[in-house]
Amino acid sequence: MAVEAVEIVVIGTSLGGLSALQVILRNLSHQFPAAIAIAQHRHKESNAQLSQFLQQHSSMPIKEAEDKDLLHPGHVYLAPPDYHLLVEPGYLSLSTDEPVSYARPSIDVLFESAADSYHERTVGVLLTGANRDGVQGLARIAAVNGHTIVQDPTTAENATMPQAAIQSIPVDQILPLSDIAPYLTHLCFSVRR
Amino acid sequence: MSIPLIPVMPAAKSTLEDIEIQLLLEGIYQYYGFDFRDYALASLKRRVRRIMQSEEVSTISALQDRILHDANCLERFLIGLTVHVTAMFRDPSFFVTFRRRVVPLLRTYPFIRIWHAGCSTGQEVYSMAILLHEEGLYHRCRIYATDMNDYVLQQAKSGIYSLRLMQEYTHLYLRAGGTRSFSEYYTAAYENAIFRSFLKENVVFSQHNLATDNSFNEFNVILCRNVLIYFNSTLQKRVHQLFYDSLCSFGILGLGRQETLKLTPFEQHYEELDRDNRLYRRLH
Repeated sequence: MAVEAVEIVVIGTSLGGLSALQVILRNLSHQFPAAIAIAQHRHKESNAQLSQFLQQHSSMPIKEAEDKDLLHPGHVYLAPPDYHLLVEPGYLSLSTDEPVSYARPSIDVLFESAADSYHERTVGVLLTGANRDGVQGLARIAAVNGHTIVQDPTTAENATMPQAAIQSIPVDQILPLSDIAPYLTHLCFSVRR
Repeated sequence: MSIPLIPVMPAAKSTLEDIEIQLLLEGIYQYYGFDFRDYALASLKRRVRRIMQSEEVSTISALQDRILHDANCLERFLIGLTVHVTAMFRDPSFFVTFRRRVVPLLRTYPFIRIWHAGCSTGQEVYSMAILLHEEGLYHRCRIYATDMNDYVLQQAKSGIYSLRLMQEYTHLYLRAGGTRSFSEYYTAAYENAIFRSFLKENVVFSQHNLATDNSFNEFNVILCRNVLIYFNSTLQKRVHQLFYDSLCSFGILGLGRQETLKLTPFEQHYEELDRDNRLYRRLH
C-alpha cells in the first residue's frame, strides 16, 4: 500500500482501449487528485478526435498533450498520434524517436518516464491490448515502489497485454474493468487530507 | 468546483542515475563543448540507457569514463543521442498550409532566405526545395540547413535515401499538395533513391548548435520542427530568442505539430498564421 500521495496515474492500452478508457474516465470525479496521462496505440495519421470523443464521457478536462504541458491534478493528457509521451517532473514532453515495439506512442516509454520522475507516487494501469508494450514499463513502476494495476484479462477485449504483464511481474492489483476507476479513486484519495 | 491549477509536485530527490547524468553532461560540455545540460531529461535518459547497452557498460559513470577518454566513443554518443526520425513531407497538412498561406507572402520578396534549423538527415529540406520549385520560387531562395551533428549533415548533403522509403514519401508528397510525379525528383540506383542535384543547388548545409551558437543571418522563414521538444524550457527560451533575433519583420516561424509558443516569453511577439499547423508570423 502506498503511503505517499499519488501524483500521477499513467494508463496504457492498445486494441480495445477505446471502450475501456470510456468506462474508466466516466467513473472518475472531476476532483480526482492526480494527473492522468494515457498512451493509447493508434494510427499515426489519426486526428485529434480521440480526445473529443473521450471528453464526452468524462467530467475531467481531456487534451492531446502539447510539448511542455504542465501536469495538473484532475486533468487528462493523451499521447498524440506518432509521438512518444514522456513524463518529466511537473510537466510533459514529447519525442519522435523510433517506435518502441512497433509503437509510437509507446506505453513502455510513458510508464518508464513516469517511474523515473515520480517514483513511488506513480500508479500504472495496463488495459486490454494485443501485444506486450507496457510490460517493461509496469516493471519499472514496480521497481520504484509505485503501484501497478492490470485489467483482469477475462474482462479485456484482448487479453494478450494484461496476461503478459501478469506473467512477467507481481502486479499489485488485477481488477475487472468496472472496478478500476473506484479503486483509483480509493487509492488516490486515501492518503490525502 | 474544479481543483485549482497547481502543477503536481515534482519528485522530491534526485536518484543516483540523475546525478550521474548531470555529471556526464557537465563533463562533455567542459571537455568537448557540446552542451546537453538543458535537454529534456526523460527522452535523454532513454537514449543514454540505449547507448549504455550498445557500449556494454552497466553504469553512466562507466560510460562517462569512456566518453571522456575516447573521442570515438563521443562520436558514437553524439550519433546515438541526436539522430531523430524524419520523413519527406512529414505532416502533409503543414506543407499544404505552407503553400496556401506562406508562399503568397514569399512572392513579395526579391530574394528569400530560409533557415531550416535541426535538419537532421535532410528529408524535410528536400521537401521544401521541391515545394518552392513547384511554386516557381526556388531560384530566388537560399535554404540554410543546419544541424549540430556532422554525421547526419553528411547524409543530408548526399541526398541519398533508401529506395524502400519512396512509396511512403510519394504518398505523403501527394497529400502535401504535390502536383507532379514524385519520381521526377530522384534517380533510382540499386537500393537507393538519389535526389536530383538542382534540389541542393540553393541549399547551404552547415553545422550549427542551437544550444551554444548564435545567429548567423536574417531570415524570411525559420523552420524548426520537432527539435525543441528535446530541450527543456530554459533552452527553449534561448532558442526562441535566437529565432526571434534572426527573423526579419513579419518573418515566418514554423514549429512541429505539438509544439507551441504558448507559455514562452515570445508568445506576444508573433501572430498565429495557422494555429493547427503551427505557423507563426513575427509582428513588426
